[in-house]
Amino acid sequence: MDYTYYPGCSLEVSNKAYDISARNVAKALGANLIELEDWNCCGATNYMSVRELRSFAISARNLALAQKENRDLVTVCSACYTTLNKTHQYMEADGKLKAEINNALSAVNLKYDGDLKVRHLLDVFVNDIGIENIAKKVKVPLKGLRVVPYYGCQLTRPNATFDDAEFPTTMDTLFRALGADVVDYPLKTKCCGGMLMTTAEKVALKLVRNLLDCAVKRGVDCIVTPCPLCHFNLDAYQNNVNKMFGTNFAVPILFFTQLTGVALGLSGREIALGQEIVPAEEALSVYMGGRQ
Amino acid sequence: MAEMQLPAGKLAELSEKFLQDVYTIPDGERIKLCIQCGTCSASCPTSYAMDYTPREIIAAFRAGMLDRVLKSNTVWMCASCYSCSVRCPAGIKLTDVMYELKRLGIEYGLYAKKATAPVLSREFVKMVDKHGRNPELNLLGWFYMKTNPFGLLKMAPLGLKLFKRGRLAFRPSKMKRQYELARITNRLEGKEGK
Repeated sequence: MDYTYYPGCSLEVSNKAYDISARNVAKALGANLIELEDWNCCGATNYMSVRELRSFAISARNLALAQKENRDLVTVCSACYTTLNKTHQYMEADGKLKAEINNALSAVNLKYDGDLKVRHLLDVFVNDIGIENIAKKVKVPLKGLRVVPYYGCQLTRPNATFDDAEFPTTMDTLFRALGADVVDYPLKTKCCGGMLMTTAEKVALKLVRNLLDCAVKRGVDCIVTPCPLCHFNLDAYQNNVNKMFGTNFAVPILFFTQLTGVALGLSGREIALGQEIVPAEEALSVYMGGRQ
Repeated sequence: MAEMQLPAGKLAELSEKFLQDVYTIPDGERIKLCIQCGTCSASCPTSYAMDYTPREIIAAFRAGMLDRVLKSNTVWMCASCYSCSVRCPAGIKLTDVMYELKRLGIEYGLYAKKATAPVLSREFVKMVDKHGRNPELNLLGWFYMKTNPFGLLKMAPLGLKLFKRGRLAFRPSKMKRQYELARITNRLEGKEGK
């Protein structure tokens, strides 16, 4: 099945591993991701929070371009997912806003009718491809691998479109189908601090410390996330947490696409292993079986 | 602590504008239904670091003290996790209210002078307007230059690790029709032909 794919800015460079693994794993599962031609910034939280109307307008350019393709728009970044969805929903809820935005879009001969579904790739995996079909394609069951599904915020909030806002289970179900030991994790929807890591580092580091601490106490091999920002804060800032709190965490953080790829027997290159800051190699070596 | 208070007329205008803008959010008028239960503050992962908790924002507004909230660190501690919004029994979209307060703070020049988050947001908007996408490295570079040049030094070891893994780009990726964004926002704001 074909989908229009919206990578988002952070997947272009700093989270390229998510982009590479998303494309390859989706393909292995029979979902074809076709990149949205000439997409722009989603309207991001950092933009939306201070210039809302403008953020809706630039966000809607993506929606209008995607609508022409007649396919669902799929993103893997939780923040892009929330922003694009919010623009769509607010335009649908407020006719005046919709007219205003469409007037702006008409400057470049675009129009957004509202006839588009914005989805997260996790939703596509679980609800379009289906858990049973994914289970059938597992070549290397992740038996004995203790994983924490960490959902974060913007995948299910504010709009719980395909999973519950307080107690999501889609990743739990997916990872069980891959054969992994899914560890119960009470902080699965707690915030990682998001962009506060840049503007109020101490506050964000404390949140990340709590997340890592809870996972480590439960004896996990890796934490798995569907969000590039959560990944960055938990992985790249793990060393800062250790410095600030005198801890010695060394928990690998993976994208849900990477973990799925391991079980499907994809190569290390196909799921871009090795780009993470806290090495995941050791935790996954049994399952990678020397695949590069 | 002696601090400059906003003149009464200006404060009334601020409160009025706040309410008007909040009412434009879908279901925005639900803010009237707040019963001060505190579910928002209890759900907020960063309320412990806020001068005024989310619940207190609405209480302060009702008491005609919105300017104090704006001058505090409160709204810039919001991480946009939306926990308050999904849990509020009155259905108040408190995250959107936070955003409205950020905008008002910038508009009226009322924000904690130490807060660096308004700088990040401003640079972010500039970068996206210029490039159409977020050139992460440029953004963070400018941000640290403007707020804390030593922060750049502190970031250097992590920067090096990211660079070695091919995760830093020195040239922002380009859109093909980047000019479309300016056309859209100019029409939106009635600035065409100016």
